[in-house]
Amino acid sequence: MGDRTMLKGDQAVAAGVRSAQPDVVSAYPITPQTGIVETLSKMHADGQLDGEFLKVDSEFNAASSCIGASAAGARVFSATCSQGLKLMSEPLFTAAGMRLPVVMAVANRSLSAPISIWNDHTDAFAERDGGMIQFFAKDVQEAVDTVFVAYRVAEDPTISLPALVNLDGFILTHVKEPVDVPDEAAVSAYLPDREPFATLDPSDPTTMGGVGRPEHWTEARYAIQEAMLRSREVIADATEAFGDQFGREYGLEYDGMLETIGPADADLALVCLGSLSGTVEHVIADHPADVKLVRPRVIRPFPAEQLRDALAGVEAVSVMQKENSPGYQGSLASELKSALYGADTQPAVRSYVLGLAGRDVSHDDVEAVIEETADAADEGHPRRFLAEERWPQLKGDLLEMEVTQA
Amino acid sequence: MSSPPDPDAVLSYDDTLFTPGHRACAGCAPALAMRHLTEATGEHTVISMATGCMEVISSPFPESSWGVSWIHDVFANAAGVASGIEAAYRAFDRTAAEEFTDHDDVNFVVVAGDGATFDIGIRSLSGMMDRGHDILYVCYDNEAYMNTGIQRSSATPLGASTSTSPPGAESLGDDTSKKDMPAIAAAHGCSYVASASIGYPQDFKQKIERALEHDGPKYVQVQAPCMLGWEFDPAEAITVAQLAVETGLQPLFEVVDGELVDVMRIRDRKPVREYLDCQGRFDHLFESGEGEEVIEQLQEFVDDRADELGLDA
Ligand SMILES: Cc1ncc(C[n+]2csc(CCOP(=O)(O)OP(=O)(O)O)c2C)c(N)n1
Ligand code: SF4
Repeated sequence: MGDRTMLKGDQAVAAGVRSAQPDVVSAYPITPQTGIVETLSKMHADGQLDGEFLKVDSEFNAASSCIGASAAGARVFSATCSQGLKLMSEPLFTAAGMRLPVVMAVANRSLSAPISIWNDHTDAFAERDGGMIQFFAKDVQEAVDTVFVAYRVAEDPTISLPALVNLDGFILTHVKEPVDVPDEAAVSAYLPDREPFATLDPSDPTTMGGVGRPEHWTEARYAIQEAMLRSREVIADATEAFGDQFGREYGLEYDGMLETIGPADADLALVCLGSLSGTVEHVIADHPADVKLVRPRVIRPFPAEQLRDALAGVEAVSVMQKENSPGYQGSLASELKSALYGADTQPAVRSYVLGLAGRDVSHDDVEAVIEETADAADEGHPRRFLAEERWPQLKGDLLEMEVTQA
Repeated sequence: MSSPPDPDAVLSYDDTLFTPGHRACAGCAPALAMRHLTEATGEHTVISMATGCMEVISSPFPESSWGVSWIHDVFANAAGVASGIEAAYRAFDRTAAEEFTDHDDVNFVVVAGDGATFDIGIRSLSGMMDRGHDILYVCYDNEAYMNTGIQRSSATPLGASTSTSPPGAESLGDDTSKKDMPAIAAAHGCSYVASASIGYPQDFKQKIERALEHDGPKYVQVQAPCMLGWEFDPAEAITVAQLAVETGLQPLFEVVDGELVDVMRIRDRKPVREYLDCQGRFDHLFESGEGEEVIEQLQEFVDDRADELGLDA
């Protein structure tokens, strides 16, 4: 076990990546991720990072070069967010289709327009259907630890999929916390060498990424679906093995897929991702209501079964999400509702969109949500998936400037 | 300066590296280019290929025409993918992963059409060259987007008819000149840049071999007519390609370390209209006075270039 030192989130993630010793790192700056690749550049310049360091021309080619290197059999890393993740989107989807492990940190940030550099989860959810495993970290330590878990899962020969480690931009990348970054020796004991099922070895020619006709394409997509679903077990094992070796445990009672905090038999629950759960944890600690926090650590594969378990017996649940799918509602809320359909107990589900593009979510905001959740429980119609979505932080006066006012 | 090669030279093929049975049209010159290319690079090759005709005709699962290791990712990123592959082999050399072939024993090659090179993939290519990757980039230039049904690219010559540059009451076909990609590659500091033609396959193969002797990025552009897009008889592909060279529209040259070192001299350079006349895509130019002006413009352009390059024997 290493020592705990004060490190900024971006530097801590970079130190974690170094311990995983990737063969190829591809780097392109975008706030608030930049510190991660800058730190890795410095490590490379100082001879502390053995692999190749590619100063690429764009995120498009950061993803592309990671895909090429992964196809050659390498362990790869890149980091990005927001517009950068969008620019990676086209090649990233192929990484899943070609079953190439690519591990990336995503310092979550909103998507333009208007331009904003601040945190929310619009970027991660915009990549939701690409076949990438997606983790969400609640603090810097978890972000570092999740890098190792992500490699172990993504590179598992039975999985072989890209994986994103989401950490909230600024809130986690630019905060200093005491962290323990496992060193290279410890990580190599935890993380086996990559054993790719096929590589671009010139002495054993392979064709990768050819044309799939209607007779075959469905099967390729199904294979991704299967591998994604199968990855739940690998995530459980990897999280448990991580706990055994490093002493830090993440939601083991829910197979590493989610964590709960608060009374197990609480009447009310709040569901949220990432660093927001830290705020929620503080509020519920001395809140009079009987409420617990349910925090998915992974959104793909979706922790449906674990959510059903964690919410069994709860009367009302509010999803607090930093994203929204225009024309419907926050994706996390709609996915939770879908997971609860047909479950034995069905709480009322409320959907809240807040914390968009860096708007702070305060203790008061959380308390207000808890009150409304309690009201929903009191109304006594537990079998309701409330269609109406709430945007509690909306400023009506600013809306007057909206271009298409009704 | 080299002189025209022997037209009767017999070419050998290694049919195991780009195998027959693919789905290219009869008389497809780009497919011939693939065959000569792989023969010149040999089996110790990893190809990263852009989306386009050559990718689609050669890789329908579960079949493959490729006897060398080959990957296709998307339309725009073949050079970016190759950058990662080449970097990975450098890393393997250092970390001594024994199961991997040594970097120096592998030819890293990008193959991309003119659309993937001149247009959508130019950022990827520029980055690859700027970073100095040890990669040979081969652009097969059929002067339009053929895979999607013959739309113009910035390699399409002035006046050519394509489905997005059709002639009409207000149009004489494509209204821009061909982008000078070899110059762009040379300006990146590429150690070796060459233009080639499928009409002179021996020359093309030699250029690939010479390119591979250089370290760092190198660029070879091979003109390869598409019978479907250019509208000529499938049996005529080589003749059409040779006419492009003989009229001076497609000069064959080599640039090493930024210096023009070789130009294939043309004896009795033929008029451009002879080349334009052998294909359907320029038919409309012969039907009006304005069309004749475009032919004149092309001829002037070729004459100027011929002076610049010392093309005439
Ligand atoms: C991002 C993106 N845009 C468009 C396409 C559609 N597309 C596939 S191949 C192609 C044209 C390829 O042209 P070129 O590179 O000249 O090769 P050719 O087909 O002529 O061999 C296009 C437009 C695509 N696959 N991806
Ligand atoms: S359309 Fe043209 S380039 Fe494509 S396969 Fe046919 S002849 Fe070859």
